[in-house]
Amino acid sequence: MTAVYELRDMRVRLGDAEILKGISLRFNEGEMTAIVGPNGAGKSTLMSVLSGVRENYRGSCLLRGREIRDWRKRELGRQLSFIPQNVNLEFPFTAEQVVFMGRVPHCDGLFEAPHDREVVYRAMETTDVRQFADRDFRALSGGERQRVIIAGALAQEPKILLLDEPTTYLDLKHQISTYVLLEKLAREGISVIAVTHDLNLAASYADRLVALSHGEVAADGSPEKVLTSELLSKVFEVDAEVRSSPSGRPWVSYQERPKAPMRENTASW
Amino acid sequence: MVSRRRFWIAVGASALLFLVTLAVMPLIGSSDAELSRAWAGVSPDKEILFQVRLPRVLLAALAGGALALAGVVFQSLLRDALATPYTLGVQSGAALGAVIAICFGWSTIGGFPAVWISGFIGAALTITVVVGISSERRRMSSFTLLLTGVTINSICMAAILFLHYTAGFTQSFAIVRWLMGGIDSMDYGTLAMLGVGIGAGLVFAMLKSNELNLLAVGEDWAATRGVQLSSLMLTCYLLGSFLTASITSLTGPIGFIGLIVPHALRMVVGADHRLLVPTSFCVGGTFLMLCDTLARTALAPSEIPVGVMTAMIGGPFFIWLLRSNRRRLWV
Repeated sequence: MTAVYELRDMRVRLGDAEILKGISLRFNEGEMTAIVGPNGAGKSTLMSVLSGVRENYRGSCLLRGREIRDWRKRELGRQLSFIPQNVNLEFPFTAEQVVFMGRVPHCDGLFEAPHDREVVYRAMETTDVRQFADRDFRALSGGERQRVIIAGALAQEPKILLLDEPTTYLDLKHQISTYVLLEKLAREGISVIAVTHDLNLAASYADRLVALSHGEVAADGSPEKVLTSELLSKVFEVDAEVRSSPSGRPWVSYQERPKAPMRENTASW
Repeated sequence: MVSRRRFWIAVGASALLFLVTLAVMPLIGSSDAELSRAWAGVSPDKEILFQVRLPRVLLAALAGGALALAGVVFQSLLRDALATPYTLGVQSGAALGAVIAICFGWSTIGGFPAVWISGFIGAALTITVVVGISSERRRMSSFTLLLTGVTINSICMAAILFLHYTAGFTQSFAIVRWLMGGIDSMDYGTLAMLGVGIGAGLVFAMLKSNELNLLAVGEDWAATRGVQLSSLMLTCYLLGSFLTASITSLTGPIGFIGLIVPHALRMVVGADHRLLVPTSFCVGGTFLMLCDTLARTALAPSEIPVGVMTAMIGGPFFIWLLRSNRRRLWV
């Protein structure tokens, strides 16, 4: 498989804290990768480097062999699309206008060409949001918004799709339909990289899991290989049991790890 | 999406409104002056129409358009529908400059009224300071920009209060009058310079309107959709600030337009900046021409400060728009 990204000893410092401590990873074409890890593990920081938003990293992050900070933003916008965790609009853009924004890196003039219009409509049909085209984005439900946002990413015709916790605000049905769509996109050749907290959804649909812990890669491989009770105990600090789901993927159930009995805290005044 | 047809309808309608107002407003005034006689070169009709009223209406058109445009740009930059041309401290810098000129009794600098020049220098210094503080290693954050702007605002306002406190009676009156804002007639040379600058700003904002759409959604959103973020934010800040600075130094602060005109237009043409930028300019200019005509005729021969008119006419209209729109949208 061809590598899309190649990270070599990539490090990020924020103030005095080293958030990413030497990440070396490859991401391949047409692969669906889920990035998991506890809060503060560096998942979002990794996404900000992969998306080209953060340029002050050390080491190397190559996108198709070229350092990502050296890409022109417009070219980058034709390669990858990034879906932030939460898109809150202050202004009354319609759903269609939000989707059209994905065409900006492709458009030469101020107005969309007939081809752009076709791409936008096709993307809206893929995520089933054509009927909301003229509605105010802010008046849509969480699930409808997420489908509009994904349509916008598809309108960008990206080779790489980056998502930061795409299912946080979705109900069960839309969580599953989102992952089914992502899996389909990966089959069509798009590299999908998603940060998530939902280990079972990740295990069910992703080809590969990368577990981050304290700014380092704690495990990397197939869901079966990564999701073990030892790793879950070490990285997430929970007691976990890993079984097999009906589809043959790992299925995790977890509970709070029993604490060492706390000493009676007697105030000493 | 915006079809060319929709674009030309919206821009055509607002431009027509702008041009008709520009043609009619000079004909209205407290003293009788007829166009036919002015055209034939008869005094005083000629002087009243072409030396007093027309330049004043032109300044109102440019000032209203520029303030509305600056409002659009700042609202997109800060992702805040309540941002105004004055949010980032430009106006208080201009005010401090003007107040200094008044207090020291300067009358002209380089042939121009000292209040203009000093006001513009004050605004330009504020802009420089705000950019210097809020851009760190070529990265600009809208939050730091906002915080710096608001802080500089307070510092300048304190300095103005101090100068005002120490000023004599006549100067004190001049300061208060300047702070109310007002539109005066001026020579065509200055107007032409102003027009070229503001026109260039309008064209630039138009060319950047797709990027303004992206910026209005979010910084990461824009940065991953082809926008060179830090340079766009810097140029937006400079564009909005220089529009505000050039107008404020000539007219003093005129409130309300930069806040309300873009907001009202979003209800009519939507949030897309390809429509919002040109229509805001035209409607902002139209609105200020109307307000200024009322300000100079309502209580003639005395004048009402134009800032009073913009809020007293615009406020109720905006509340009506808000209510009628809410009914349409939510019920």
